Amino acid sequence: MNDALLDLNNATIKFGGLTAVSELCLKIHADELVGLIGPNGAGKTTAFNLITGVYQPTAGQIYFSGKSIKGTKPHDLTKSGIARTFQNIRLFGSMSVFDNVRVATQVHRAYGIGSALWRGRDFHTGELEVEKHVHELLDIFQLRDMRDEDARSLPYGDQRRLEIVRALATRPKLLLLDEPAAGMNPTEKEELMKLIQFIKDKFKIAIMLVEHDMKVVMGICQRIYVLEYGIKIAEGTPNEIQRNAKVIEAYLGTEGQS
Amino acid sequence: MNNRGAKRWLMLGIALAVVISYGYEFLPVFKGKGYYLGIAIDCGISIILAVSLNLINGHTGQFSLGHAGFMAVGGYAAAKFSLVFEPMVPDSLKPLLFLVALVLGGCLAALTGLGVGIPSLRLKGDYLAIVTLGFGEIIRVIVQNMDAVGAASGLKGIPKWTTMGWTFAFAAVTVYAVSALVNSTYGRGFIAVSDDEVAATSMGINPVRYKVTAFVTGAFFAGIAGGLYAHHKQFLSPTGFDFLKSIDIVVMVILGGMGRTVGVIIAAVLLTLLPEFLRQFADYRMIIYSLLIIALMMARPQGLFTLGARKKGAARV
Repeated sequence: MNDALLDLNNATIKFGGLTAVSELCLKIHADELVGLIGPNGAGKTTAFNLITGVYQPTAGQIYFSGKSIKGTKPHDLTKSGIARTFQNIRLFGSMSVFDNVRVATQVHRAYGIGSALWRGRDFHTGELEVEKHVHELLDIFQLRDMRDEDARSLPYGDQRRLEIVRALATRPKLLLLDEPAAGMNPTEKEELMKLIQFIKDKFKIAIMLVEHDMKVVMGICQRIYVLEYGIKIAEGTPNEIQRNAKVIEAYLGTEGQS
Repeated sequence: MNNRGAKRWLMLGIALAVVISYGYEFLPVFKGKGYYLGIAIDCGISIILAVSLNLINGHTGQFSLGHAGFMAVGGYAAAKFSLVFEPMVPDSLKPLLFLVALVLGGCLAALTGLGVGIPSLRLKGDYLAIVTLGFGEIIRVIVQNMDAVGAASGLKGIPKWTTMGWTFAFAAVTVYAVSALVNSTYGRGFIAVSDDEVAATSMGINPVRYKVTAFVTGAFFAGIAGGLYAHHKQFLSPTGFDFLKSIDIVVMVILGGMGRTVGVIIAAVLLTLLPEFLRQFADYRMIIYSLLIIALMMARPQGLFTLGARKKGAARV
């Protein structure tokens, strides 16, 4: 049963009297592209924060690679293979594009303060490896020309792309994208869809997408979960979701109600 | 900064310090004038203090007002150690004793930094500033009431061991340590924490650990500076480590440009020299000094000496 990469088993979180996410069961397999949608305030971002360890579930379990991640700190989750981007872009503004990606690679480096001070041979080969890895990533995503720019001076679309590249630099098994299409125009959305598809094919990782934009979600996701008021109301392929009565009701309301 | 040659720069700095320490008597400025020599050493100590605080306040983006407290811990520990052991040690071993005293002072300050840092670094910005301010005052009050270190009348008769060589050798070590840390993949984490803590966490960086590391490293060098100061002035008084001293160091960091090592070094030297140049204005000098700082801050709030050095060469290992 536990062949899923990520497995939420009745995960519930309550804030005081409010149940933000209720008994959510959700599975993501390796190499799968899953969407999480729902109307405003449905608990999508809360579910997201449960998976990334920002919040702890008040009940239920969350397994990643077969291990329970309840109580694991967010920075340790990154180490075990969960990377994320943010709805409102959070880059390291004062750092260069190169350094933004570089700092993310350090999760898996064994050396720490001692070798940074001593700077022996291991340190230099280590740093060269990091540099090579970062350059590979920047090349793949055509960001190399901007490597020395400050991250905050980049155009919006490039900032989004850089944030995804930075998340990939932590070598994740699961990449979580929080509304990556927010604030994008139709052309940029087209490109984003191609980019996500490309990442999935190239890096062979699982991707979960929280998104408002139906076109993006329906266009690329293999399976979709729908939340409303913290409760999962549907799951299935894009086609199934589009015809699901409950989903249509949640988004459009029932007849006579509007 | 070319990191491949970083260690060579350190060696060069120490060698230069040692040469100056023996050669300064031949420089016309210092000929027979202990006053200039004293100020040069003051500058060196200021550099150590400012560069080490820059790791905490500049690079890691925390606001600590307790640097004078760490300096006091290191200074008193080193001074007491030398006073106790000096009579038992032959002259030839005194430099070694001095080194041990300094490192001991540094380690004790670092330990204090750890003790203060772990609980208080969960706070941010102004709150952290107030906690560290309070800590600095606690140290001062403890020292003021501790008879073993002379209480309010101060600790007297500390051997005069601090020379140009010692001071600038340690300044070189400090500058090296801070820039070596920050210019590594590991050390970029300090800046990441300062830029965006939430994003840093999601990149696998443990912000608390990074902040504590910066705090402890900064405290260590502040302790060293305290030891040098003690063996330079030969007298320690608790009033010398009040929060105004901490603010002096913070001003050096802000004036030099947060996170800019070269700028902070220049600012440290400048702000140590300035009160001396203003001596002729007697009573008005602290007013002029303050006005100058206000004017400088209004003209260049990003720091006087921002050379845009951070991103250049960031990738060259």
